[in-house]
Amino acid sequence: MTQIALEQPPVKQIRDATAWARLKVNRDWLGFWFMLPAAAILILFLAYPLGLGVWLSFTDARIGRSGTFVGLENYEWLWGDNVFWLSVFNTLLYTTVASTIKFAVGLYLALLLNENLPFKAILRAVVLIPFIVPTVLSAIAFWWIYDAQFSIVSWSLKHLGLIHENINFLGDVWNARWSVIFANIWRGIPFVAITLLAGLQTVSPSLYEAATIDGASAWQRFRYITYPLLTPIIAVVMTFSVLFTFTDFQLIWVLTRGGPVNATHLMATLSYQRAILSGYLGEGSAIATAMIPFLLAAILISWFGLQRRKWQQGENND
Amino acid sequence: MTDALAAKAADPRSVLTGSIADHSEGMSYLETLPRRLVTVYLPLSIIMLVLLFPFYWMLLTSIKPDDQLLEMDKVSPFWTTAPTLKHFYNLLFETNYPLWLWNTMFVAVSATIVSIIASVLAAYAIVRLRYRGAAWVGGAIFLAYLIPPSILFIPLSTVVFQYGLFDTPFALILTYPTILIPFSTWLLMGYFKTIPFELEECALIDGANRWQILTRIVLPLAVPGLISAFIFCFTLCWNEFIYALTFLSTTSHKTVPVAIVNEFVDGDIYRWGSLMAGAVAGSLPLVILYAFFVEHYVAAMTGAVKE
Repeated sequence: MTQIALEQPPVKQIRDATAWARLKVNRDWLGFWFMLPAAAILILFLAYPLGLGVWLSFTDARIGRSGTFVGLENYEWLWGDNVFWLSVFNTLLYTTVASTIKFAVGLYLALLLNENLPFKAILRAVVLIPFIVPTVLSAIAFWWIYDAQFSIVSWSLKHLGLIHENINFLGDVWNARWSVIFANIWRGIPFVAITLLAGLQTVSPSLYEAATIDGASAWQRFRYITYPLLTPIIAVVMTFSVLFTFTDFQLIWVLTRGGPVNATHLMATLSYQRAILSGYLGEGSAIATAMIPFLLAAILISWFGLQRRKWQQGENND
Repeated sequence: MTDALAAKAADPRSVLTGSIADHSEGMSYLETLPRRLVTVYLPLSIIMLVLLFPFYWMLLTSIKPDDQLLEMDKVSPFWTTAPTLKHFYNLLFETNYPLWLWNTMFVAVSATIVSIIASVLAAYAIVRLRYRGAAWVGGAIFLAYLIPPSILFIPLSTVVFQYGLFDTPFALILTYPTILIPFSTWLLMGYFKTIPFELEECALIDGANRWQILTRIVLPLAVPGLISAFIFCFTLCWNEFIYALTFLSTTSHKTVPVAIVNEFVDGDIYRWGSLMAGAVAGSLPLVILYAFFVEHYVAAMTGAVKE
């Protein structure tokens, strides 16, 4: 029996791999097919429209009429348009104030939640609720809270004797600005707080203990331990926060639609009004395209901030 | 040491419960109760009060009878003695609200499924196939995540019109993935990286092809990541406003956020009761989902910014 086995010729010869067999294990070929669905959607509905938007901003397209190339005419027109500059001012004010306060209060809330508290898990879960509820729906709640006649805030302040007239939250230029900024901060704090909390939990408590033994005060512990270790995550969180605040649309559209007298128009709401409601696609696209440099600047600042921090701390120890 | 700590941070449970072993005691015993009352509990309760008050107010308004809504001097506005479900009844039986709810659900589920399938394939290819230029594509996908819908909706509206999708649910089902795919690909890439190479190598030696490896080894191990991605995408879809506002025009095709804003406000007489009931009913599905999957939610949120 052993002999038979020995005498048997090798059953299979080692074939040359066919081109097809090689292709089946080729990384690039497989990679192409795996990437296809995502790439198709992203190219058709993201990259192409992005380019198209820039192109539209150089044309006089309207709804229902494809435009012809007009060069920089839309931008020249916007350059002399006071409402556009007002919307740029509003957007910058909205973004700066809201992002700063979101960061400060969010970090503070994260530090508070990082304490040893009873019902910690429930507290943290509840904090996120403003982030879960759709923005439009919570904006509607704010709309009711900001009502000129029946605002609960005005009512409470009147009964406390602090004011005598109802506050005209959304009807007055600066009141409207602060009101929408407050609503945006309210919506954004949970995201900042919970992501920073996740970062805080990676900081080893033994560092704080060592610092306390060395006589560091609470502020020094925060400044020289928490803050440096948290910088990378702060950079990422704040990039997102700034980006989404800068391009905000929903809150404004529900609360004021850009009013009163364009005082709360952001660039996004103004471009919607010009492009979709008035039908001037070219002009609206120019406003939308004008947002891109600001967004790039925000991304680059946080990116380089992050790189610098990495360089200071050593690449592998962030 | 930082690696060990990073590993702890990767566990979403720890974010919620703070279950890191040496963290539970810390130095908190050094602080006295009165001091903690002022430095921790007081500011915390103020912030929580502000964060939750709008929801209380929304809920309260939705169950107040109409006459109490605008009458603030006779009865305290902070409470109601005669709760009513009238607004919810009107909402469900006298408006298109159930239809809008169904539209939102249909669009959100379809767009999420499309995105998750595309993202799983893309993330696996980027992390494990490592075709030429994979790192570059990974970076490009992250950049795509940073492109906001506010600068895309104008050209997209012309694209949607050209493709003949205007005013159909497909306009949303195909455009929402542009927001969802970059996010979920990024999230899943993180999950796939944590699955050991050796498992795949074993499978390769046993003669499995890439598709079998993905469906039988990688995906079962990445279930928590898939759930996180699914829930988060679903929430983003439900929340989306500007595309739905731009691409839909027929009332019966609208999604909840758009319909509430456009259809519930007739003239100057705001129907506050029904408006708030609509807001409550529109938030409820998400809040319930959230209550069941808090940990996955937090994992999705922190996972997306961790890289």
